[in-house]
Amino acid sequence: MSEQVTLDQPEDTAPEPAKDGASGAGAGGGETLLEVSGLQKYFPIHGGFIVKRRVGDVRAVDGVDFSIAAGESLGMVGESGCGKSTTGRLVTRLLEPTGGKITYAGQDITHRSRKELAPIRSEIQMIFQDPYASLNPRQTVGSIVSAPMEINDINPSGGREKRVRELLEIVGLNPEHYNRFPHEFSGGQRQRIGVARALALDPKLIVADEPVSALDVSIQAQVVNLLQRVQKELGIAFLFIAHDLAIVRHFSQRIAVMYLGKIVEIGDRASIYERPRHPYTHALLSAAPEADPDDDGRERIRLAGDVPSPINPPSGCRFRTRCWKAQDKCATEEPPLVQIGGNVAGHLTACHFPEEPTITARKEDIVLDPALAAIEEAAEETP
Amino acid sequence: MTTLTKPEAEPRPQESEHFLSVRDLYVQFATEDGTVKAVDGLSFDLDRGKTLGIVGESGSGKSVTNLAILGLHNPRNTTIAGEIVLDGQELTGASTKTLEKLRGKKMAMVFQDSLTALSPYYTVGRQIAEPYMKHLGASKKEARDRAIEMLGKVGIPQPQTRVDDYPHQFSGGMRQRAMIAMALVCNPDLVIADEPTTALDVTVQAQILDLLKDLQQETGTAIILITHDLGVIANTADDVVVMYAGRAVERGTVRDILKTPEHPYAWGLLGSIPRLSASVDVPLAPIPGSPPSLLNPPSGCPFHPRCTFAGEVGGDRCATERPVLPEGRGSACHLTPEQKRDIFIQQVQPRLR
Ligand SMILES: Nc1ncnc2c1ncn2[C@@H]1O[C@H](COP(=O)(O)OP(=O)(O)OP(=O)(O)O)[C@@H](O)[C@H]1O
Ligand SMILES: Nc1ncnc2c1ncn2[C@@H]1O[C@H](COP(=O)(O)OP(=O)(O)OP(=O)(O)O)[C@@H](O)[C@H]1O
Ligand code: SF4
Ligand code: SF4
Ligand SMILES: [Mg+2]
Ligand SMILES: [Mg+2]
Repeated sequence: MSEQVTLDQPEDTAPEPAKDGASGAGAGGGETLLEVSGLQKYFPIHGGFIVKRRVGDVRAVDGVDFSIAAGESLGMVGESGCGKSTTGRLVTRLLEPTGGKITYAGQDITHRSRKELAPIRSEIQMIFQDPYASLNPRQTVGSIVSAPMEINDINPSGGREKRVRELLEIVGLNPEHYNRFPHEFSGGQRQRIGVARALALDPKLIVADEPVSALDVSIQAQVVNLLQRVQKELGIAFLFIAHDLAIVRHFSQRIAVMYLGKIVEIGDRASIYERPRHPYTHALLSAAPEADPDDDGRERIRLAGDVPSPINPPSGCRFRTRCWKAQDKCATEEPPLVQIGGNVAGHLTACHFPEEPTITARKEDIVLDPALAAIEEAAEETP
Repeated sequence: MTTLTKPEAEPRPQESEHFLSVRDLYVQFATEDGTVKAVDGLSFDLDRGKTLGIVGESGSGKSVTNLAILGLHNPRNTTIAGEIVLDGQELTGASTKTLEKLRGKKMAMVFQDSLTALSPYYTVGRQIAEPYMKHLGASKKEARDRAIEMLGKVGIPQPQTRVDDYPHQFSGGMRQRAMIAMALVCNPDLVIADEPTTALDVTVQAQILDLLKDLQQETGTAIILITHDLGVIANTADDVVVMYAGRAVERGTVRDILKTPEHPYAWGLLGSIPRLSASVDVPLAPIPGSPPSLLNPPSGCPFHPRCTFAGEVGGDRCATERPVLPEGRGSACHLTPEQKRDIFIQQVQPRLR
């Protein structure tokens, strides 16, 4: 609560006219479908016994800018509590933004009411993490998948049932299962039902919030492939939220890395995964476990401690409490999200002292965790 | 800030007898719907100072196996058969009292969910000190000092003051560290870690897995690490057992399993996960179908309803005859060694790059 955080619009601060990522590195180079700028969501924290007073805020999303082109998939990664789901729920307008602006297909939808949103409701859909909780156990698959059509009073030619059967077929379920209940399906199949429901209204944008993380490894691939087919064949744009870096890389043309309510780095796939500049992106990639027993030549970075609380985030750069490159400036000046020297257009980084654009092993590992460092140092001294 | 590179682990002398041997383990639960064959003839060995990774999908019997080793199943509805020998001592027939003595001292566990594993009513320090007093007869003062030492060791800042905190005052990563401190307080010979980092963020997971590995090098503890994440296995395990429907379907070193796997289920697992270095244009190769029921497990090879290669085996052997897992390196599958090699090289390996 120490300072008023203001947003850095990329167009104001970028030294070169970087514009937005979408135009630079969009998959099909399509036109901008969704544009988010300065987006904020604060959840008030109330205290006091008798009279509830607002004693502070959870700054879940605190000034986020990105855009998604038609037909493109933007991946969003970051650790628990960094604001990914909140961002997704703001975009689908399940939540009311505290500040900033959301533009969908040229229309400002930031503060539209339910009723005003109706015309575009069908175009933005959401797929949730938990295939168990997100389906009503008392409804048949048929009524679950046709519900969006009913709510929006849409009558496809040939009738709703025919459309539902088509949708079940598209997601790889047996159309004969129209009258079955969710509990008769496995986790992967239930997630397919969720996908079918999301597709019912021919959406242009799907926000998928951890769509596979509740599924077994062997089942995850089925759903990822299905979503990928949907994205490519139906030309649907995605905001694909997940904490699994490899799945996000597999699915998304561009990736945004979030930390404590902010995007710290955004860019095309190759820039983020092969030429990252933000120290946190380096740390995140280095920590991702790869199923390869050989030393794969990646750098080893071990941070200390956990992510700080979004209630009282560190001043200046929010990563500075865990950053090995932090200097005085990092505590006082918030780094803007800009295209720094050496980055391609659309690759934006929020860091005063960025890292080299490589992820190969360094001469010395970076081990900030005191316990790890102590043991490893001792082991080195007594060979 | 400290920067350093890691020394190579020194090779340990081979022991003639395994520190832990599990032979033909069966664990069955009597339930309203029938008998659940959660573990169905499982065998593996583990040596001191080594880490055995157990992978397999949800419900394959990983946790049940390890609760059996720890003697934590409810005898009323659980039937356990087979042999579990820990350092020469048979555990399947051991009394509740014997097992209780072994738990905490000789073997200890780290659970996935630190909130349920730690009591909310006692300080973290007291919960770490408790087994030290109980098993080693230490005084209150000694045990408290030991708790502080252990907290420092696992990287809790200001252990002298944090020792008096309650679990809810710790973050998720700190609670997981505290659980590791609790597990290691009596210098156990065997630590069983059941999905110890699944609930944590990746940067914290990396810190904690490395910590567990480093502490193991210091103390020579044997570790069983249960996970569904092949990446975690690659970073921590020496040997690996792949489980499917209550059975071990493949066994080998971590290199064997990740570089030259033999069992179609292991191929499926490896083909299902995207890699950071793989081409993004190749779709993933999922395993078709869904996990089996343990009430009514498939006949013959439990993987046969989902297996793409059952047709390569003559007749209907896959559906009728249970394949045996040989001792040591090997897989429980009717395909001939030549078929396994050829299919892997021609059809599986190209997808893994
Ligand atoms: N309805 C709410 N009321 C109060 N705080 C909330 C609410 N929803 C989210 N938060 C807080 O906002 C922050 C961001 O939450 P969010 O769910 O967006 O994170 P996330 O990145 O999706 O994390 P995860 O990976 O765990 O799903 C967290 O600190 C969370 O506790
Ligand atoms: N006490 C019990 N009574 C009846 N069935 C049980 C009991 N405990 C476990 N099971 C069943 O035994 C099977 C194996 O369970 P287990 O917990 O070992 O799976 P797991 O491999 O650890 O899976 P996960 O990855 O989901 O943790 C499951 O089908 C489970 O439902
Ligand atoms: S701005 Fe400073 S603290 Fe933040 S990531 Fe860059 S170097 Fe680290
Ligand atoms: S035994 Fe048959 S069904 Fe089982 S894994 Fe081998 S080939 Fe597949
Ligand atoms: Mg979330
Ligand atoms: Mg388990």
